[in-house]
Amino acid sequence: MKWFHISGAVGVVLLVIGHGMGLFVAPPEAMMGDVGRILYAHVSTAWISLVAFLLAFFAAIGSLWFGRRGWDASVVGFVEVGVVLTALLLFQGSVWARPTWGVWWTWDPRLTTSAILLVAFTAVLLLRSVIDQPDRRMLVTSVATIVAFVDVPIVYMSIKWWNSLHQDFSSPETVSSYMVTPLRISAFGMLFLMLGFVGMRRRIELIRLEKEWSLQPPPERPAALNLSDEGTQ
Amino acid sequence: MPPVIQTRDLSRRFGTRWAYSRIDLEVEAGERVLLIGANGSGKTTLLRSLATLLRPTSGALQLFGMDPRADLHAVRRRLGFFSHKTGLYEDLSARDNLAVLARLAGKQAGRSELTARLAEVGLEDRPDSIRRFSAGMRRRVALAALLLTEPELILLDEPFSALDPAGVSQVADLIRSLPGTVVVTSHQVERAASLCQRAVLLQGGQLRWQGRAEQAWAAWRASQREDAT
Amino acid sequence: MSVLVQIAWILQKDLLIEWRARSRMFALVSFALTTLLLFSFAVGPDTKALREHAGGYLWLALLFSSTSLLDRSLRVEEESGAMDSLLLAPTSPTAIFYGKALSNTLQLVVLGVIALPVTLALCDATLTGSPLVLLAALVLGAMGLAAPGTLYAALTARISGQQLLLPLLLFPLIVPALLAAVKATTLVLTGDPMEQSGSWLVLLACFDALYWSICGVLFGRIVET
Repeated sequence: MKWFHISGAVGVVLLVIGHGMGLFVAPPEAMMGDVGRILYAHVSTAWISLVAFLLAFFAAIGSLWFGRRGWDASVVGFVEVGVVLTALLLFQGSVWARPTWGVWWTWDPRLTTSAILLVAFTAVLLLRSVIDQPDRRMLVTSVATIVAFVDVPIVYMSIKWWNSLHQDFSSPETVSSYMVTPLRISAFGMLFLMLGFVGMRRRIELIRLEKEWSLQPPPERPAALNLSDEGTQ
Repeated sequence: MPPVIQTRDLSRRFGTRWAYSRIDLEVEAGERVLLIGANGSGKTTLLRSLATLLRPTSGALQLFGMDPRADLHAVRRRLGFFSHKTGLYEDLSARDNLAVLARLAGKQAGRSELTARLAEVGLEDRPDSIRRFSAGMRRRVALAALLLTEPELILLDEPFSALDPAGVSQVADLIRSLPGTVVVTSHQVERAASLCQRAVLLQGGQLRWQGRAEQAWAAWRASQREDAT
Repeated sequence: MSVLVQIAWILQKDLLIEWRARSRMFALVSFALTTLLLFSFAVGPDTKALREHAGGYLWLALLFSSTSLLDRSLRVEEESGAMDSLLLAPTSPTAIFYGKALSNTLQLVVLGVIALPVTLALCDATLTGSPLVLLAALVLGAMGLAAPGTLYAALTARISGQQLLLPLLLFPLIVPALLAAVKATTLVLTGDPMEQSGSWLVLLACFDALYWSICGVLFGRIVET
């Protein structure tokens, strides 16, 4: 039983509680009715996907600074889990948009930013997959992750400005107090679950990397070469 | 005066494979050293590390008595690297290539000087791009570019590869006339050995033998025999 | 030798190479213009749509052309190992980055200047606003493409057979620059009653400032092994 198993289990429990409260106990959302209950899953996924990418950013800096494969494995864990969460987020957003606004997709800045993030970090993983030299791969992955993450706030702001000139899709900015608690619980649940998955993924990557990197010291100096012509002795 | 090259326990790995390991090498000023070994023995990797183009994984490297990591530019200013990959721009003429590299090296070289440098290596100053040059001619442009910066240490990686006998002969003459310290890798053991005083043999990334250049061929045969058994 | 001087020499070298091999530039210009043509075909004879989105088509054409331009700018160093010669000159990798990014910016601006009148003709658009603002959008937008593009091109130039990696890495990244450049350009072409083009240019400038500093720092790590 490793720490990430515990974290994952805690996460699942919290999610069950949070989502359960959100589905059955909390009042329906003022504007959207029961459809609004998706916000417990959606908002927590949104926050935690960003947290995952933020931690990926720090892991990438650590990777560049320390150059040890543990950091590299962490970057992979955070980026992959972040990508999965973002894909989930987009799916949830789509599911929400249909009954609420009647469309499968909107130019909501948050949704669009998430879509761009999905492509950007998938590209990072793709880039990683085509480099076979471990040290080069670690360097390239961290550089690409840093560059991609630094862009996140700018992408969001630029789309928000761009969007404000078009229709204004309303979405709940304030959350009533009855909904804050299950939301917080769900968010923490998602956080622990994310950390659990990242831990597992990191461990898998570390095992893989151990086969490629070598902590073995260089081989010992060989015996001198025998120049004589008289065959092996 | 400190040795031009001094390595201790120098090693470089790629993943689990050690390209070269535990290399102890000393090259004094003015020496000419031949580095031989089979394909994949680590010659090129080691030479690139000596040229500061590839950072070693462990061990100590001193060039001109300095640690390259402390002052990379100071070390690079004094060395020149020649690879069969020419290091030139295909779209530029020979003179333009020399001019570009001279300027970046901080040397003010007027047109007449560049023409003279090209003549030194037996080339005319033609305005067309080097794309149409033969491999041998390109090598000579690369050598001219190398000499322009007047390096104290010259590292040559397989200078004779893919050249016809005339080309080999021309390049060999040019190498013979190079000033300063020279380290050259080559598969053409006998030809290259005639240009050097010392030879070093790498096998499987390890330094197996050091000695006089005249014995290089014998050492090579001995290592081949070992590989065969 | 100061880094600034080295940047100038690298810029001059890159421009000299592109001038010597100008047939490649002609091909690129043709590609950009063909893309514009295809956009106008795809949209059809809807003059209103064409006019309103002329800015978008122009920048998309530039974006697609930039991939080839950026890739080539770094491949020219890899194909004969010229990067080694540069590094050993010695040249600071930072100078190599800024020299190349400036060269790429300049080439993109030239491409934009050539593509602009064609866009105006195809989309029946006119220059309502200030040409200076348009030029600023062109230059700042080109800078926004060039800095991350040069860094990523350096990353992907060593990987053979992966033509799609560069656009895949670059395109999501430069979305803010693209949006801002398109917006500013469109406002100049269709009118800017609320004087918004200034704020879009500011966004572009911030994007450029951020990426020109980060990419300059990271380039050295990519290029030195």
